Amino acid sequence: MSSHDVMPEMSLYQPVRVEDAIGIANQFADRGWLVGGGQDTYGWLKDRAKSADALIDLKGIESMRGITETADGIEIGALVTLTEIANNPLIKERYALLSQAAVKVASPQIRNVGTIAGNVSQDVRCWYYRRGLNCYRAGGNLCYADTPEGMNREHAIFNASRCVAVTPSDTGPALVALEAQMVIDSASGQRVVSAEDFFVGPNVDITHTTVLAPGDILTAVRIPAKWANAQFFFEKVADRNAWDFALVSLSAAMRVNNGVIEESRIVAGAVQATPRRLTSVEQAVRGKARDEATANSVGNLASRDANPLNYNHFKMPLMDNLVKRALRGQA
Amino acid sequence: MNPKLTRRRFIKGVIASGVAATSTSLWYSATGADRPAGAVERLLSINVNGQVRRVDVAPQETLAHTLRYKLGLTGTKLGCNRGECGACTVVADDVNIYACSTLTHEVKDKAVVTVEGLRAADGTLHPVQAAFVAELSPACGFCTAGQVMSAFALLKNNPRPTREEARQAMSGNLCRCGAYDHYLNGVMRASGQLS
Ligand SMILES: Cc1cc2nc3c(=O)[nH]c(=O)nc-3n(C[C@H](O)[C@H](O)[C@H](O)COP(=O)(O)OP(=O)(O)OC[C@H]3O[C@@H](n4cnc5c(N)ncnc54)[C@H](O)[C@@H]3O)c2cc1C
Ligand code: SF4
Ligand code: FES
Ligand code: FES
Repeated sequence: MSSHDVMPEMSLYQPVRVEDAIGIANQFADRGWLVGGGQDTYGWLKDRAKSADALIDLKGIESMRGITETADGIEIGALVTLTEIANNPLIKERYALLSQAAVKVASPQIRNVGTIAGNVSQDVRCWYYRRGLNCYRAGGNLCYADTPEGMNREHAIFNASRCVAVTPSDTGPALVALEAQMVIDSASGQRVVSAEDFFVGPNVDITHTTVLAPGDILTAVRIPAKWANAQFFFEKVADRNAWDFALVSLSAAMRVNNGVIEESRIVAGAVQATPRRLTSVEQAVRGKARDEATANSVGNLASRDANPLNYNHFKMPLMDNLVKRALRGQA
Repeated sequence: MNPKLTRRRFIKGVIASGVAATSTSLWYSATGADRPAGAVERLLSINVNGQVRRVDVAPQETLAHTLRYKLGLTGTKLGCNRGECGACTVVADDVNIYACSTLTHEVKDKAVVTVEGLRAADGTLHPVQAAFVAELSPACGFCTAGQVMSAFALLKNNPRPTREEARQAMSGNLCRCGAYDHYLNGVMRASGQLS
């Protein structure tokens, strides 16, 4: 009957409580697949590049919805969609960096169902891997992108370790800049991990992009009040204005007082497997004005230690220029 | 029952996950099943174009598949079947989504509208459809149903969009014929801002 459909046969669970979702996830272990909006998930399954025995659709879990103000900032339920983040008045007013990043993801239809949890937990977009090739990240023993003929224009310029794929998430770098905290529930209780530690590179775990293990559910993202109403900069450069992943993105949060940058968090996306904090730039601009002179003084500090591949040198000046634009003043 | 989840795997799973004493396994033994309770029922009642339709839906089935091959609603097109073209766009609870990238079970509590649901009972075209005709928006027409549904969702939420807002709202619908400006003219006409 379903011979026309491209989805492989699987069972589907729609729990309404976090505990039940954790229980089901533990039963299926690495054969279960959590689903938020499914916008990253279904491609993998349709392509047969990855498979699962059971989908665990989290959307019925009310406690994972909504954006609420807390004593120290805001809490965003893991199921909140990118459209909700882009339109939320509280986020737009105080943490505009995040709404600006969210609205740049994919297309309206994908943002309407794609969740914040799915956006930060999505897998890398390396086409060799997504085609189902048995590369390092898939558990094999070679990288197809990092070869003389490999098409690696979109790949990493920093911190590659066998795998040279980059983080595809637009909201990830913004959350790192905002010092967000990721709330993770599992059978052994709840733990809170900083956004910076949530993402892991191939040197730590080559087959995963985050600290999440089977049975772990990201239930909320907390943004501390620390960066509320700071000065922000977000820019994503991609080949197309809609529906395309970043070649490089830059998220910056700056605390500016009397024209002087007292503190900043500057984070690049799509240059390595995790959002990359540009700590050398953050240090160089501390105590300086947010102006053209400061922007120019930074030069190529951001890209200085880059290790480009055959086809992605362009990411170095691109990244340096985005840093300059972030620093030269308020848009 | 999922034939792939053998009793052996279940037992291994419990041991490996170390949750044998938690509520999970209690609830599990209470149901007597050898897989977690709560898997979806196949027989669904879904609300499509204001009608409740009973339909047998596989757990992994996409909404595009159910609409086209089980409910006969072939106005919803499949272009890429992977969230990259917009031909399959339908509206669920006033929000436009890709039917190819939605499981039918995910919309079982929502009101789904497809292009077949837009015209009035007497056959009068919806203002978006009429405006697209007036502006000669479609060229080959393959993307049209999806364009209509995105415009329909936009005008529900924002009845008088600026051209730029409309451009953003329509940016998840590819047109291989490149008729973008014609569709935009149609959206502006449908919102009463072009005459
Ligand atoms: C054509 C196309 C273009 C895209 N463009 C962009 C882009 O420009 N920028 C961008 O950032 N992304 C892009 N994406 C990627 C992605 O689909 C979206 O970012 C979306 O936000 C993913 O969210 P989701 O809820 O649909 O994810 P899902 O597919 O539901 O989940 C993604 C992953 O996260 C896991 N997961 C989901 N929820 C949880 C949870 N609560 N706890 C633990 N794990 C969880 C899932 O198991 C899965 O592994 C694009 C996707 C497509 C198909
Ligand atoms: S870059 Fe990573 S994901 Fe791509 S082929 Fe190499 S190992 Fe695989
Ligand atoms: S068919 Fe669904 S987006 Fe192309
Ligand atoms: S009219 Fe031909 S694809 Fe749009």
